Amino acid sequence: MSTRSSRLAARGMVAPSVVLLLIWMVIPLSMTLYYSFRLYRLLSPDRTGWVGFNNYLWFFNAPEFWQALFNTLALVGGVLLVTVTLGVLIALLIDQPVKGQSFLRILVIAPFFVMPPVAASIWENLFMHPQNGLFAALARGFGMQPILFLEQYPMWSIIGIVSWEWLPFATLILLTALQSLSSEQLEAAEMDGAGAFARFRYIILPHLTRAITVVILIQTIFLLGIFGEIFTTTQGGPGSASTTLPYMIFKQAIAAKDIGRAAAGGIIAVILANIVAYFLMRGLGRNLDA
Amino acid sequence: MARAHSTRRKVVTTIAAWGVALTIFFPVLWMILTSFKTEASAVAMPPQFLSADWTLENYATVWARSDYPRFFWNSVVIAVGSTLLGLAVAIPAAWAMAFVPGRRTRDLLMWMLSTKMMPAVAVMIPLYLLFLRFGLLDTRIGLVLVLMLMNLPIIVWMLYTYFKEIPGEILEAARMDGASLWNEIVYVLTPMALPGIASTMLLNIILAWNEAFWTIVLTTTKAAPLSAFIASFSAPQGLFYAKLSAASAMAILPILIMGWFSQKQLVRGLTFGAVK
Amino acid sequence: MTRTLRALLGACAVGALSTAAMAETTITVATVNNGDMVRMQGLMDDFYAKHPDIKVEWVTLEENVLRQNVTTDIATGGGQYDVITIGTYEVPIWGRQGWLVSLNDLPAEYDVDDLLPAIRGGLTVDGNLYAAPFYGESSMVMYRTDLMEAAGLTMPDAPTWADIEKAAAAMTDKSKEQYGICLRGKAGWGENMAFLTAMSNSFGARWFDENWMPQFDQPEWKATLDFYLNLMNNYGPPGASNNGFNENLTLFQQGKCGMWIDATVAASFVTNPNDSSVADKVGFALAPDNGLGKRANWLWAWSLAIPSSSDAQDAAKTFINWATNKDYLALVASKEGWANVPPGTRTSLYENPEYAKVPFAKMTLDSINAADPNNPTVKPVPYVGVQFVAIPEFQGIGTTVGEIFSAALAGQKTADQALAEAQAAVLEEMKASGYIQ
Repeated sequence: MSTRSSRLAARGMVAPSVVLLLIWMVIPLSMTLYYSFRLYRLLSPDRTGWVGFNNYLWFFNAPEFWQALFNTLALVGGVLLVTVTLGVLIALLIDQPVKGQSFLRILVIAPFFVMPPVAASIWENLFMHPQNGLFAALARGFGMQPILFLEQYPMWSIIGIVSWEWLPFATLILLTALQSLSSEQLEAAEMDGAGAFARFRYIILPHLTRAITVVILIQTIFLLGIFGEIFTTTQGGPGSASTTLPYMIFKQAIAAKDIGRAAAGGIIAVILANIVAYFLMRGLGRNLDA
Repeated sequence: MARAHSTRRKVVTTIAAWGVALTIFFPVLWMILTSFKTEASAVAMPPQFLSADWTLENYATVWARSDYPRFFWNSVVIAVGSTLLGLAVAIPAAWAMAFVPGRRTRDLLMWMLSTKMMPAVAVMIPLYLLFLRFGLLDTRIGLVLVLMLMNLPIIVWMLYTYFKEIPGEILEAARMDGASLWNEIVYVLTPMALPGIASTMLLNIILAWNEAFWTIVLTTTKAAPLSAFIASFSAPQGLFYAKLSAASAMAILPILIMGWFSQKQLVRGLTFGAVK
Repeated sequence: MTRTLRALLGACAVGALSTAAMAETTITVATVNNGDMVRMQGLMDDFYAKHPDIKVEWVTLEENVLRQNVTTDIATGGGQYDVITIGTYEVPIWGRQGWLVSLNDLPAEYDVDDLLPAIRGGLTVDGNLYAAPFYGESSMVMYRTDLMEAAGLTMPDAPTWADIEKAAAAMTDKSKEQYGICLRGKAGWGENMAFLTAMSNSFGARWFDENWMPQFDQPEWKATLDFYLNLMNNYGPPGASNNGFNENLTLFQQGKCGMWIDATVAASFVTNPNDSSVADKVGFALAPDNGLGKRANWLWAWSLAIPSSSDAQDAAKTFINWATNKDYLALVASKEGWANVPPGTRTSLYENPEYAKVPFAKMTLDSINAADPNNPTVKPVPYVGVQFVAIPEFQGIGTTVGEIFSAALAGQKTADQALAEAQAAVLEEMKASGYIQ
């Protein structure tokens, strides 16, 4: 059916997207690449020049670099683990016919509509604050010392906040997938005496593989770049305990106004993202085809 | 016996589902409650539920202090504009990829997604300089373009997966009947693709509405959307929890309401080809 | 016929010209969301009444976001703003770069000689005033008179650090969530490092010696950091490493702090009965010293400046003159009372008998006068600035050191480790920036 002319037409239809994205990728990337080899500090415009790999070396030698790299992966991994696990459970739960189902689903997806800076500041000020937060009040109600979330467990706190933001997304996609599962198959399994766990393990989970893959793929892309929540809550601290690679870049760009280093960091981040993407596609890619 | 068992199970499920839903929603609820308290009441310990001093003053203050309608309108224009423009570019691409797939279609999709991997902060200055050069700073069209390009890969992917669900035989049948390409699109394809296009649109409006980096960096007054509005109420001097909560509520309420009305569409629609 | 037409056309042209002359100039003013700035936006009717031909568009942002946007704009010549709100740190650096318009030609009624000398000096480079101070601040001790009384102590007007420690110990009662002292711990060159740098001056420490060698390996810094950590660990609130100005303000207003050493501008907030539960129980004292001749107080002025890239510089000057001259102070006083007048900019304000009745007026003036940006600490230094070092690199290194010290406060590292790390980081940066060969 796909004749040469239709293939030509198809190329013409794909072209605008490809060209736009190519421009969108090539221009900033090449500018970033250019600046990454330059000395360019916004506040000292008179000192410029080529600096070779100095900007890259600065990153590799920075004491917090490896920690930031680890934190970046921990954030992505942690949030994925939480959102996928909880997402599956919640999707199973709200797929059941219960009273007020549609309103209930609205409540579950609500966090998705909250702007990230707002979400972060709600959690920081209204919940995790060691004196005024709700968690502190709860702890005191039980006669315990309030937990110092942002000081003692900064990475866990940020993973928690970001997970809350992305949980609705994961839940929604998994729920959609669940709804396409034929109930006859489940009922048949139940008749055959398969327990709840067996049904989950051998029927539901395989059915969800594709959806889980999609959740992991899309979220990873978004999570690799997260820094707004960190800026609002811990500012990468205490020390560099919650500094991620994007936040390190942010600090170079915003605090130190060192565009050259920020650019080098950006290139490092792109390389990291591509490595992650490569392993993701190797590990999960075939789930998508089927 | 079996019925009693299933009734009990139903009660347990209902309670559990509602418990989970309310827990997830609670932070938003608490923020909204806080927005109606006085500042002193908002930080009172132990937290005040019923005994709080309820007031509308925060909303009045926030309203008086900034030009909310303008921020709101900018958010609407930018979110809707970038989404519509994105759809216009993406629909033909997704259509072609779904119905005339080549060997490299999947690679192409993955490449498109990979354009989202450049961290925004790293390209901040380069993009700012470009915007400055082309006079796009603080213009809505500039933000529409940036957000459209940012979300284009997601739009293409979502649409592609929807279109792929449309059985090719239907199209062939229509063609056999002598339908023109135009008729094919209007009478056969569009009705089948509409739900998918609608949920793609919804998701992208949400993503664009919530974008809070470029919308602040590239704007000053004329094009500043609600993310900039929030930035003017966070961490000023003095107690600010209640006012910040009020401003936050004003920023997320429009999109929340939109989401609620289209909840069914969203639940049905976010497949990304995940359903098979 | 042709003549009539021509006359008509001419009339139209004249009409067009005159409307052009009458047309509004729009200026964009970028400002922080601090109380005094927000108040100004509420008083714009007065400005519009006097200058109907100028329209003001506001960009009000949180301090960090504002600084980020304004810096990007000015360094790339973006020209998006006509008036920007910047501090004593930026003015000398940006003025020297030629990024700001000199304000030496403000009208005589502005009375530039009325500005407080310390503030004016900080905003002047090579004889050019590059920014007009909107409000000035130093730092001082705010303490709870009731708690001091209960502890049987009195706070001297000019306390030493030993006095502070003694008072902090006496006022701390952790079971009642009452902490003797609240100090900044949140990382940032304008947060914990503003406080710690000012504090280190009173301990005789300095950022750099005359050859730009970092001094964190010297005993003075060790003494500063040890004292700070000891004070905060024993008598400070839990989670202090995340407390900046605003967090401490909230704690103090809720009555959880016995003392708070911070910006003088906070005085009007903690004594405001609408927000503060301790409004009538607050006393003020000069920032502490250690008998070395320097006190731990800083100097800062949020000021209005005009970027060279602005295309409406005359209208911008008109606005700045309105917002920072004596009439504006009188306007605020008439509408909101003397306590709400932007403090710390003009001698005449402190000579006003009405203003002298404000409880914190004298202490604010004394604190500002006690700060000397050119000789901030005991030993000579190559830089200008009390709680900062006025070089472009300071935002970066200040933030880095701030993070290290914040981690020390959180208990992640010892004082010695923190100082060693700070020394190494700053040394490397100073080499990279060409200060040290």
